[in-house]
Amino acid sequence: MTMQAKPVPVLDTDSRPFWEGCRQGVLRIQRCKTCARYVFYPRSICPHCMSDDLVFVEAKGLGTVYTYTVVHRGFGPFQDEVPFTIALVDLDEGVRMMTRIVDAGEGIGIGDRVEVVFSERDDGLVLPYFRPILKAKR
Amino acid sequence: MRRDRIAAIVGIAESDIGVTPDKTVLQLQAQAAVRALTDAGLHTRDVQALFCAGAWTTWTNLMLAEYLGIQPIYTDSTNIGGSSFEAHVGHAVAGIQAGLFEVALIVYGSTQRSQRLRGKVPGEVSLTEQYEAPFGLPVPVGAYAMAAMRHMYEYGTRPEQLAEVAVAARQWAMQNPRAFARDPLSVEDVLASRMICEPLHLYDCCLVTDGGGAIVVTSERVARQCRHKPIWVLGHAETHTHHTLLSMPDVTSTGAAVTGPRAMAMAGIRHDDVDVAEIYDSFTITVIVTLEALGFCQQGEGGAFVSGGRIAPGGSFPMNTNGGGLSYCHPGMYGIFLLIEAALQLRGDAGMRQVPNAQIALVHGTGVQLSSSATVVLGRD
Repeated sequence: MTMQAKPVPVLDTDSRPFWEGCRQGVLRIQRCKTCARYVFYPRSICPHCMSDDLVFVEAKGLGTVYTYTVVHRGFGPFQDEVPFTIALVDLDEGVRMMTRIVDAGEGIGIGDRVEVVFSERDDGLVLPYFRPILKAKR
Repeated sequence: MRRDRIAAIVGIAESDIGVTPDKTVLQLQAQAAVRALTDAGLHTRDVQALFCAGAWTTWTNLMLAEYLGIQPIYTDSTNIGGSSFEAHVGHAVAGIQAGLFEVALIVYGSTQRSQRLRGKVPGEVSLTEQYEAPFGLPVPVGAYAMAAMRHMYEYGTRPEQLAEVAVAARQWAMQNPRAFARDPLSVEDVLASRMICEPLHLYDCCLVTDGGGAIVVTSERVARQCRHKPIWVLGHAETHTHHTLLSMPDVTSTGAAVTGPRAMAMAGIRHDDVDVAEIYDSFTITVIVTLEALGFCQQGEGGAFVSGGRIAPGGSFPMNTNGGGLSYCHPGMYGIFLLIEAALQLRGDAGMRQVPNAQIALVHGTGVQLSSSATVVLGRD
């Protein structure tokens, strides 16, 4: 059985700086120059204030796990990778991303501090994953 | 303080459901549409407004209307996921109130089980989908799993409480001869079933079936001439809050917090007035967060609310009385079946599972990744 391809992002003029940043090891989010809020995912207008004056900035790459799941039944091309952990991470800048948690030998929990680590998927796509750096007090 | 009788559900029907390998998605919808119109005492030539939502083609209304032999003067293919049909009811009432038409047909069908359409992963992802799909989260189950995980963290909700939702649904299904899954199910069975996405087990997830359904909504004038007593649309409201999961502000609170109060205020009812509730149950967690957002219990208390048999047959809060998406059927977008069952209950035609003297029903649809919400309040004279 041939392996089905994994979803590949179709780059556009919103997303290109983000994905090119991943290849360079830089996590890029946007900041609105009008209302000063951070924005993710990248877009052409600020969802907070309607301004079109958005600039890409480098995020610190630090965040906190908002929620997660350990996937035991993956779909299609991901079925052989189970179990793996998908999380929503709140970056310190105040935006939320979906990601994978890696290098979590002792598991992961909500509230754990994590840092970005760029990881090359088997098909060459570089994705921003996160790994734990500090367990939350529980 | 009831709202004026503007429009009513006068016809309801399911197509063949379960596994229908010999039926096309158009055949299922035609079957449901004809049955619903016949139930109302109406004909395809009476249909002025057509509402449909589906993923089986791009131009759903064009293809379906042509197949049925209808040339509608009002058409609406609003697709916000499983709650689309609750939204359609609201739109139909608005159109009737505006005097644009008097007879609306709302249709759904899917052959997702026989065509093995679930669990597909796209090879390319564009626009805003490119920030989630590459990581491999199985959708929608993974999104609901993350909501459940956060709910457990914030409120101490336990897997046993999630399981209670599935067990109650199964107990209702055992009283419904048409339900797909009717074997006895215990909390222990749910917890022992295969883990899909932590903390959701197999039996925390809805069925994957084929099936279709249709309802007919008409003006008061037409409703008075139909075969069954009218089931009035007393209130309705809709919203959507996000598409990508990363954009959902609080994964434990849905748009039901907006649509519930709006629909209930329009209907002039309080929570205590609801005799039967049909609440979208794509996953067990969906019910818990929806009941909280609708205000049937406090935020965080949904796990306790669904426990102890409250939502099971004989309990004080009859809910998902046909067995729900968890045990009755779930052909991808389940919202049409919530409306059918609510109307059946209000007609008093629900057989073994009839809620005695049900006069007010609350229907709530939830679509995609807790993204869309639509509430409908129904009542009988």
